[in-house]
Amino acid sequence: MAELEAVIGLEIHVQLATKTKMFCGCELSFGDEPNVHTCPVCLAHPGVLPVPNEEAIRYALQIGAALSCEIAPRSIFHRKNYFYPDSPKAYQISQYDIPICGAGRLGDVRIHRAHLEEDAAKMIHVGESGRIHGSGASLVDFNRGGTPLVEIVTEPDLRDAAEAAQWARLLRETIRQLGVSDVNMEEGSLRVDANVSVRPAGSEELGTKTELKNMNSFRFLQRGVEAELARQRQLVENGGTVEQETLHFDPASGSLTSLRSKEEAHDYRYFPEPDLVPLVPTEEQLREARESLPELPVQRIGRYEEMGLASDVALTLATDPRTAGYFENVVEAADGIEPRVLANWVTGELAAALRQAEVDGGAADSRISPPDLAKLVRMVGERKISHGSGKRVLAAMVTGGGDPEEIVEREGLAQMSDSGELEAVVEKAMADNPDAVEKIREGNGKAIGAIVGAVMRETKGRADGGEVNRLIQEKL
Amino acid sequence: MIEREQVLHVAKLARLSLSEEEVETMVGELSGILEHVDRIGNLDLESVEPTSHVVALENVLRPDEPRPSLPPEVALSSAPEPQDGAFRVPSPQAE
Amino acid sequence: MTDLLQMTALEAHEAMVAGDLAASEYTAAWKEAAAGDDLNAYLWRNEDGEDSQAIAVERDCVAPIAVKDIFTTEGVPTTAGSRILEGYRPPYTSTAVRKLLEAGAPILGKTNMDEFAMGSSNENSAYGPALNPWDRGRVPGGSSGGSAAVVAGGLAPWAIGTDTGGSIRQPAAFCGIVGLKPTYGAISRYGMIAFASSLDQCGPLTRTVSDAALLLGILQGKDPCDSTSVGLDGGVSLPDREDLSGLRFGVPAELGGDEYDSGVRAVFEQTLRKIEELGGEIAEVSLPSSEHGISAYYVIAPAEASSNLARYDGVRYGMRAGGDGDLVQMYETTRSEGFGPEVKRRIMLGTYALSSGYYEAYYGQAQKVRTRIAEDFSGAFAGVDFVVTPTAPSVAFKLGEKTDDPLAMYLNDFFTVPMSLAGIPAISIPAGLAAPEGGGPQLPVGFQIAAPAFGEQKLLDAAYALEQGIGFDARPEGL
Repeated sequence: MAELEAVIGLEIHVQLATKTKMFCGCELSFGDEPNVHTCPVCLAHPGVLPVPNEEAIRYALQIGAALSCEIAPRSIFHRKNYFYPDSPKAYQISQYDIPICGAGRLGDVRIHRAHLEEDAAKMIHVGESGRIHGSGASLVDFNRGGTPLVEIVTEPDLRDAAEAAQWARLLRETIRQLGVSDVNMEEGSLRVDANVSVRPAGSEELGTKTELKNMNSFRFLQRGVEAELARQRQLVENGGTVEQETLHFDPASGSLTSLRSKEEAHDYRYFPEPDLVPLVPTEEQLREARESLPELPVQRIGRYEEMGLASDVALTLATDPRTAGYFENVVEAADGIEPRVLANWVTGELAAALRQAEVDGGAADSRISPPDLAKLVRMVGERKISHGSGKRVLAAMVTGGGDPEEIVEREGLAQMSDSGELEAVVEKAMADNPDAVEKIREGNGKAIGAIVGAVMRETKGRADGGEVNRLIQEKL
Repeated sequence: MIEREQVLHVAKLARLSLSEEEVETMVGELSGILEHVDRIGNLDLESVEPTSHVVALENVLRPDEPRPSLPPEVALSSAPEPQDGAFRVPSPQAE
Repeated sequence: MTDLLQMTALEAHEAMVAGDLAASEYTAAWKEAAAGDDLNAYLWRNEDGEDSQAIAVERDCVAPIAVKDIFTTEGVPTTAGSRILEGYRPPYTSTAVRKLLEAGAPILGKTNMDEFAMGSSNENSAYGPALNPWDRGRVPGGSSGGSAAVVAGGLAPWAIGTDTGGSIRQPAAFCGIVGLKPTYGAISRYGMIAFASSLDQCGPLTRTVSDAALLLGILQGKDPCDSTSVGLDGGVSLPDREDLSGLRFGVPAELGGDEYDSGVRAVFEQTLRKIEELGGEIAEVSLPSSEHGISAYYVIAPAEASSNLARYDGVRYGMRAGGDGDLVQMYETTRSEGFGPEVKRRIMLGTYALSSGYYEAYYGQAQKVRTRIAEDFSGAFAGVDFVVTPTAPSVAFKLGEKTDDPLAMYLNDFFTVPMSLAGIPAISIPAGLAAPEGGGPQLPVGFQIAAPAFGEQKLLDAAYALEQGIGFDARPEGL
C-alpha cells in the first residue's frame, strides 16, 4: 500500500480581551461567582436584541491584518440554530458564508477564514440528583456566555503533529502581540481543535477527516494529533474506512473517545441574523488595523534569518519576545560578533544554564546583563577561554551575576595561551598514555579522546580543544 | 406533500414531541400550506437578490463600555430550578 | 360612557395641558372603565399594586394606555398570550413602554393577543379569545385583538399593538378603529417579544387618526438597544390636511377577483368615490408579485419565528415540564405543553423551511419574492402617492368559523402582508359598515392606505382628511 501522508488543518477559537461581551454591556468575568455578569440580553429573555461591540470588530480587523487576510467589504452575521443549555437563545450568533476575514496566511500555513461569534455559557455537571429518573444534572453559569470570539480556520496545509503544534505556537504568539487576547490555552482564551485525515502520498484528494477537541496545551495538541494519525493509519492499512466523527483526546491515557453519536449530525439551519445589520469596514478602519500591528513574529523571523540565524533558532526567538529582546540587546552590545553565534548562545548555552540552575523565567530575567554575555562570548571567540570554560563561567553568572573577566580571573580559567606550556602538558599526557598513542597511530581516531581528556584535566579545562588536537597530531 | 417521516424529523429538530394524532394532523395541515407556498417555487427569480435586511443600515455598533449587570438574585428569580446560584437542568442522555 | 371617556386622547391631553382636566381624574375614570372588562380583553389590569411599581409613572400628563401583552413590563406579568410564559415577570421594560411612561402615560393593563402574535383572530390565545365589542360572538381580529377590543369597547382610550403581517391593521378594521403599522425601524423592537424579527413593528390602535399621530410621536425614535431602529426623521406632527387635492391613490390591478366579500367591496368602492370627492385622484397600479405575498410571508415569518421561539426551553424562565427526564425530554415536554397548536404549526413550518436541503427552495426563494414585492411598491409610488386596498377580505367572522382550516385563516392577511414584507407604513381607518357575506349584523369595514417608507407624515395627513370626509361615527351598541 502506498505510504499515507497526514493532512491537518486547525480550527482556533480566540476569546477577545474586550471589556464587555460581544452583544451586550456585561463585563467579561474571570472566575467570579456564577451568574454575576448577566443581563436580559445574554440570558436571552423574551424581547431582547443584540448590539455588536465595536472593539470586538476592531480586534477582528487587527487579527485579519496580522494574518494578511482579505477583509470582506461587507460581512453579515448569521444564526446557527441548536438546542443546548449553554446556548440561551438556542442559536449562536456567528458568521456563515460572508465572514469578516477571508483568505490569508501565517508562515507556511494558509488561512481559510476568520470570523466573529459569541461564546457559549459554562455547564458544570453535578452528581446524581437523587431522583428516580435522570442521570444527574448540570448547572449553567452564564458569565462566559456572550464573550466575543474570533474563530480562525486554516487550510489543511500541515503535514505532521509537531509542525501543527509549532505553527499553533506561532499563531498564539502573533495574536498575543496584538494585545487582543490573553490566548491562554489552560484558561480557555485560546482553544485549538484539529481536523485530521490521511491520504496516499501524492494524492490530491482529501480523505475523510475527524475533528479532535479538548487539547488544552500545545503538547497535548501534538500528542492528540499523533495518536489520531496513528489510529487512522492503522485503520486504513487494515482495509478499514475512517468515519467522520468528533473525538476527545484524553492526555492522561492517550486515548481517543468519540464525542458525538453518528446520527446526531447537526442541522444548524443557518439564516442571516435579522436583528443585526451588515459590517462594512471603512478605509480608515482598515488602515488603522494595519498600522496598529507591532512587529509580528513572522516579520521577526524574516529579520533574524537575514541576520544569519538558522530558521529554527529564529522561530524559537520570535515566539519568545522577551528572550528575543534580550538577544537583540546582546547583539547591540556585542559589536562585531556574528549574531548567529550570539543567538546560539542565548537559545542554547544560556537556556541550558538557566534550566540547570532552575532559574525561573528566561534570559531576560537572568542576572546576566546583555553586555556581560556579549563579553563572555567574545572571550570564547577570541580563545581567551575555552568553550567549556565559557559554560562554567556562564553557570556562575546565572546564579551570582558578575563580570565574566573577573570570574575567569578568580577561578583561574584563562585559556592556556602559552603554547610552550601547553606543548609540555600534551607531551606529558602522550607519554602517560602510550596505549592510546599506539591506537591513534593504528588509525583509531577515537583514542585521541583519552589524551585530550588527560590534557583537559591537567589544565583544568583551560586548554583550547582544537589546539590540543593539533599539537597531538603534530607529535604523533 | 410532506411525509410522516419528515414531520417526525422536523419535530425532533424543533424539540417538539407530537402525539400520534398531532403527527397525522400536522402532515395534513403542513401539506396544505406547503402546496400553497410552493407556488413561489415556480417563479423565475434567478436574477433577484434575496432581501436579508429590510433597513439600509450598516455598522450599527456599541462602544465597549460596561453596563450594569443584573444582580444574581434577579438573574435567577425567574429560574424554574435555581441551585447554588446557577440554573439547574437535567443532563443530556448519556450516549 | 361618561363625557370624560368620550374625549379622544388628544383632546384629553390638550385639556390637561390647558389645566382644564386633572390627569389623575381622567386616569381614574379609565381605570374604572377597564375594570368592567367583559370582553376578556385584558390579561392583566394595573391596580397599582406593589408589583407594578417598576412601571409607575412619575407624572400623569398623557392619556392612560393599554399595552399588548407582547411588550415586556418589568415586574408585571407578560405572557405573549402563551402558557409557556404564564407567571413570567420580566426583569426589564421594553423601550416602547418606557417611552410611554416617560411621556407620562399610565399603563392601564396588558391586553390579550394570539399566542406569540401568531393569528388573525385572537383565538390562538392560551387565555381564551378576546371578544369583538360589536358582536360578542365574533372575533376582534388578531393578533392584537385585545388592544383593538379595549379601544373599540370603551375600556381604554388608546392602545399599542404589534403588526407583523397585519396584526394591528386587521383587528383595527374588524373593530372599527384606527390602526397604524409604521415603517419598519420607526419604533424600537427592544422588549417586544419577537415573532418574526424582520417584520414585527409596534404601532398605535386609536379612535382617531390624530390620536395615532400623537402616539406615534411618543413611540418613534432610534434606540441604541435595537440595531435595526431608525426612528422618523423630523418626528411626527399632528395632521391637519383639509382635503385630498393633488394626491394620487393607486388601486392595485391584482385586486378584483373574488378575494373579498361583497359588503367589503361596496365600502371600498364607496371610499374611492369619497376620495375623489375630496379632490384626490384614483389610478390603477400594478403589484404583480403581491399575489405571492402570503406564500412568501408564510415561509419567512414562521422561519424566523422557529428560531425566535427556540429560547422557550424551560431553562432560564417560564414554564418547565418533564424536568424529571433527561434534557431532551425536558425540552420536548416543556415546549409541547407550553405552546398551542398554531404556534407548533408555525414552528414546524419554519423549521422545515430552514432545514438542510430546503433553505434555497423556501427561505431563499421567499426572500427573493420579498425583494420583488418591495420593487413593485417602489414602482407604483413613482406614479402615485399612496396605494389603497380594503384592509381585510371580510368583516369580523364568528368565533370558531375559521379555526379548522389554517390556510383559510392565513388568507385573511392577503391585503396586509405585502406592506409588511416591503417594510412600508400602512394605516387602516374605519370606512363604513357592512353585513357579512352570508348575512348578519352591520360590522365595521377598514380601508387601508399604504405610503412609501418613512412617509408617515403624509400618510397621516391624508388619512386624517379622509377620516374627516367619511365621518364614521358608528359605535358598538351601548357605547
